[in-house]
Amino acid sequence: MKKIITALLILGMATSVVAIANENTVPSNNGGVESLRGSTEIDVTRKADKHKRVIKDREPLQRNYVHQPPIIPHQIRGYKVNLNANKCLSCHGWKYARETGATKVSPTHFETRDGMTLSDISPRRYFCMQCHVPQVDAKPLVENKFKAVDSLTQH
Amino acid sequence: MNIIKKIWRALSTPSKAGVGLVLALGFGGGVVFWGGFNTALSLTNTEEFCTGCHEMADNVYQEYRETIHYSNRSGVRATCPDCHVPKDWTHKIIRKIAASKEVWGMLTGIIDTREKFVEHRKSMAMREWKRMKDNDSRECRNCHNFEYMDFSEQGSRSVKMHSSALASGEKTCIDCHKGIAHELPDMKGVEGWH
Repeated sequence: MKKIITALLILGMATSVVAIANENTVPSNNGGVESLRGSTEIDVTRKADKHKRVIKDREPLQRNYVHQPPIIPHQIRGYKVNLNANKCLSCHGWKYARETGATKVSPTHFETRDGMTLSDISPRRYFCMQCHVPQVDAKPLVENKFKAVDSLTQH
Repeated sequence: MNIIKKIWRALSTPSKAGVGLVLALGFGGGVVFWGGFNTALSLTNTEEFCTGCHEMADNVYQEYRETIHYSNRSGVRATCPDCHVPKDWTHKIIRKIAASKEVWGMLTGIIDTREKFVEHRKSMAMREWKRMKDNDSRECRNCHNFEYMDFSEQGSRSVKMHSSALASGEKTCIDCHKGIAHELPDMKGVEGWH
């Protein structure tokens, strides 16, 4: 019995020594995995990517799937959407859409989550930029073969 | 009687040296006074002076630092007086006299905390919007001159608005460009806002 315990203790000590030694000799702390961050190690600050430029003004972009929130086809720098004001609705609100030529906010935005229609934008749909975002001139991060569904593709 | 005559004579026939002295003193004094007045006035027309009080430095100035009139690609800046004080003399003096109320406001501490400031923001903003609306956004136009706007360089949405409502004089800059340099108050009931 005693011999077995001694043997186990020695074995345990030996493995932990090996483990410590291994830890010191691990070549990288990202496990050799390359991610969107590149192969930069976790404790190193990677050089930041260049700022992407927001595309200034263009025609509305087609959607890729049904119920996709349409993308904002213009710059929105400085547009405030908060408790006090909502700059988006100054054009896209139903009151102003005809005059400004902007796309009207969809009627779904007036519904509560229980499907009740309100007389004004529902609080859960008030913060436009939660779903709608402007576009930058960027390439896909990962190569992919995504295609929009046929019914939405303009030929 | 004789004394009065003597004084009158002395006054009506001054020596040439006296006349020269009076003129020189008047001229010199005028230069000093006028120069001093204008120097003092232009000292109150600087960003350092405006942000000398914590009411400005902690509230509106901090908000303004995030906007395009403070930081932009070409480094051209519009400082506080560029928008809030007229450039030409008459309007400047009128504005300066009106602004002396702000000194009283500072002494009585009408917006000396963030809470008080936020509470007063709407009335102060509306006063400034009205001033700009009434003078056809004169201070904006000191730099943004409609005559020299190149529509081909503007975005399509800007062209649409500028070539119609602005060109016809129906709208002025501040009608659409509110809250471009400071945060907005509650916009409920303000024209053009939701």
